[in-house]
Amino acid sequence: MKKLMMALTMAASFALAGSAHAADKLKVGFIYIGPPGDFGWTYQHDQGRKQLEKELGDKVETTFLENVPEGADAERAIERLARSGNKLIFTTSFGYMDATVKVAQKFPNVKFEHATGYKTADNVAVYNSRFYEGRYVQGVIAAKLSKTGVAGYIGSFPIPEVVEGINSFMLGAQSVNPNFKIKVIWANSWFDPAKEADAAKALVDQGVDIITQHTDSTAPMQVASERKIKAFGQASDMIKFGPETQLTSIVDNWGPYYVERAKAVLDGTWKSHNVFEGMHEGLVVMAPYTNMPDDVKKLAEETQAKITSGELKPFTGPIKKQDGSEWLKAGETADDKTILSMNFYVAGVDDKLPQ
Amino acid sequence: MTMFEAILLTVATAATPLLIAALGELVVERSGVLNLGVEGMMIMGAVCGFAAAQQTGSAWIGMFAGILAGAASSLLFGFLTLTLVTNQVATGLALTLLGLGASAMIGETFVGLPGVKMESLYIPFLTDLPYVGKFLFGQDPIFYISILLTIGVTWFLFKTRAGLTLRAVGDNHTSAHALGVPVVRIRYLAVLFGGACAGLAGAQLSLVYVPQWVENMTAGRGWIALALVVFASWRPWRIFAGAYLFGAVSIGQLHAQALGIGIPSQFMSSLPYLATIIVLVLISRNKRLTLMNTPTSLGKPFVPDR
Repeated sequence: MKKLMMALTMAASFALAGSAHAADKLKVGFIYIGPPGDFGWTYQHDQGRKQLEKELGDKVETTFLENVPEGADAERAIERLARSGNKLIFTTSFGYMDATVKVAQKFPNVKFEHATGYKTADNVAVYNSRFYEGRYVQGVIAAKLSKTGVAGYIGSFPIPEVVEGINSFMLGAQSVNPNFKIKVIWANSWFDPAKEADAAKALVDQGVDIITQHTDSTAPMQVASERKIKAFGQASDMIKFGPETQLTSIVDNWGPYYVERAKAVLDGTWKSHNVFEGMHEGLVVMAPYTNMPDDVKKLAEETQAKITSGELKPFTGPIKKQDGSEWLKAGETADDKTILSMNFYVAGVDDKLPQ
Repeated sequence: MTMFEAILLTVATAATPLLIAALGELVVERSGVLNLGVEGMMIMGAVCGFAAAQQTGSAWIGMFAGILAGAASSLLFGFLTLTLVTNQVATGLALTLLGLGASAMIGETFVGLPGVKMESLYIPFLTDLPYVGKFLFGQDPIFYISILLTIGVTWFLFKTRAGLTLRAVGDNHTSAHALGVPVVRIRYLAVLFGGACAGLAGAQLSLVYVPQWVENMTAGRGWIALALVVFASWRPWRIFAGAYLFGAVSIGQLHAQALGIGIPSQFMSSLPYLATIIVLVLISRNKRLTLMNTPTSLGKPFVPDR
């Protein structure tokens, strides 16, 4: 019986990594922070993976490991993918950064791609998306629509990627209503539907009438819909969960990048880099603008067009930091390095940033 | 609805799944069996509850499907540990892994579908009472079940002959067996009850708390329920207190954050765990009483000699 149990547990652990093998195919591995069925962050990465399989067909073979916690476990998971013959590995969460770099040192012939981080090496590239561009548009919409003048923001962890979003949302909102306020709640988790729902309820109870989230489940959208207020989706189009609630959603469109990088490995032209792409390159896509009057929709579309063309950069001065000190002079724009390591709020944000 | 009422309601919703799952596990552990598979049974309850409700359009059918799914998972555990006498710790862990994997598979076609929310009670006049009306008379049926369960389990364990027998089995299965008590049968029933409760707790998550199905949506609540049982030193009302304390602090910290009082959010997020452990350890500090309540045969395998 003990043997059967062991077989069962082993089967369970192997089942987590669905894969088959072939000799000359390029094996591409993915590490996911949540389940592909989260309908948010991981779902979109998985859509990218599927696009890769579809476009390159027989030339690639993909494997993924889901629900991999950030930290020590991540290292083991990445190493397992590297050992099982994957030549290109995408690690798709900020917290995998050190683990990715560490494993990369052990496997110089494997190419690693880490999403949203900042540490590169000869075989570690970094790719990131300017989600904050979408947040700016959301801020504009929120300030136009909110009756209370307060939006609720559910954050995951106080890392630059999320702080960028809060600041950009705030700047967008201030461009319409200089006195706009946001209330921030940190869930300290990327994916915990019940907790995200609780956070959303707490925000509504405290008088916000628009919710935006930087966590991965659709729960906040559902709460917003129950309480009859408006909300923005996250990472994917969440309109199904709030047909009368969702204003728009920032959709992460990773597919084209995954295809491009896999092709580069196949051609032997892969090089490490640190890219930061947004609306202009098509990495950040906005879901249709819904549940808003035409004039707001028009303004949102105009804002999006300006950001896409490069005419409008969200982090353009004059901008003051939360403590009142000057960050950017009039006309000055923030460089990518500052944006990628953002650890302060702009003036007007009511929260105290956890350090 | 005032803020006070709103908070009270969210606390109850957050505490209910923990309370139900922990009460079930309490009965299991009182009978001397340690089932670490609560998380797995809970997620099976969540997915089957959601699926059945989605297919039939009835949240009640969903709830019963959740209970059945939890009980069925626990039956597998019972067969392995009680009939085949496998290691309870390893089997329980395997059940959690199995539940997480199997639920993801079953739920694949249900991802992204809008769910069916269980309707809340509404009694004219009573529900409209100020402050406590909504809390006492305006909640979902599973909340009332959880309260009845707390009373029922207490009464069963400490006021009935069957409860006494169950505790005797948990304290010393060899003596109980010698007295002619059907140890294995009683444990099977306890394990089934625990599974049904975990399934119901899962169904509450996918039908009331967040009416949708997403993989891994229990997010560790089964483990919290397990810990509650131990920290509450196997007493039903302490579990009730622990679950509500945990719920209250987790909701309270979110409100405190939204108010922007400036305490680091990492600390705030760990507060529910800290507060619950500290309070439950304090109320269980009487060693003699705690020992008296600890099922001595907990986790030990039992093979009847004929």
